Amino acid sequence: MMKLTDSTGLSRRRILGWSAMLGAAMSLPTRVWAWVRPEAAFVATGLDQALAELGGTPTVHDGIQFTTPDIAENGAVVPIRIEVDPAALPNVSKVSVLVEMNPNPMAAVFDIAPDTEVYIETRVKVAQTCNLYAVVEADGQLFMQSRETKVTLGGCGG
Amino acid sequence: MSRIKIRAQQADGVTEVKALMRHPMETGMRKDQSGEAIPAHFITEVAVFHGERAVMQGYWGAAVSANPFLGVRFKGGAAGDTVKVTWVDNQGGTGEGETTIR
Repeated sequence: MMKLTDSTGLSRRRILGWSAMLGAAMSLPTRVWAWVRPEAAFVATGLDQALAELGGTPTVHDGIQFTTPDIAENGAVVPIRIEVDPAALPNVSKVSVLVEMNPNPMAAVFDIAPDTEVYIETRVKVAQTCNLYAVVEADGQLFMQSRETKVTLGGCGG
Repeated sequence: MSRIKIRAQQADGVTEVKALMRHPMETGMRKDQSGEAIPAHFITEVAVFHGERAVMQGYWGAAVSANPFLGVRFKGGAAGDTVKVTWVDNQGGTGEGETTIR
C-alpha cells in the first residue's frame, strides 16, 4: 500500500494544498504591511474615545495641511485633503480622519509607505456642523490639525 | 468584482493616483421606506500598488461617502508603470482597477 505520510508527518494532500496556496499568494501584489484594522477606534462613539484608541491626545502641528470646505451644502459628500510637509514633519506612517459629531467619529485611516508623499484626498460624510480632525502618526507620536465645517444638509439622512 | 475607475499621472518624480469606486457605503443606521434597517455595507480596506509595491493601505468606516473617491501621491513611478487600486468590503465584496502611469 502507498505510504500517504512522509517522515515529517505531512500528507501529500496538505503539501499540494500549501503549494497551491503559495502559488496564489505569489500572483498577488506584495503587501508591505499586514492588515491591522484599528477596529476599536472605528467603533468608538465619541471623539475622545476614538483618539484614545489611536494612542492618545495629539499635539497641533503646522506641518499638516488639512483642507476642508468652510460650508458643505451636502454633508453626505464633503471633500477633504491632507498633506504633510516632510521638512516640517518627517517619518509619517499613518494618517487618520475623524469627524467629531458623527455617530462613530473615526472615518478612515491610511497607512503610508516609508519614503513617499503624504497626500490623501477623499470625501466623507459629516452628520452636522462640527470639527474635522486630521491626525498624523510620525515616529510613534500623534499630531493633528482641525477644521470646522458647517453643514447645511446632514450626511446621515434617510 | 467591481471595477474601479483609475488614473495615474506623473510629474517631477511624483505620481498622483485618482480612483473612483462604485459602492453604496451604507452605514447600517438608515431605514428603508418600510422602516426596515438597511444593513451596513461599506468598504473596509483599500490599497494602492505601484507595480508589486503597496504605497498606501487604508481602512475605512461607513463615514466615507458613497461611491468613494481616493486621491494619493507617491514618490517615483515612470510613464508606463502599472498602478493598481483594490478594495474589500464588509460583505466580502471586492473591487479592482488598474492603469498605466501617463
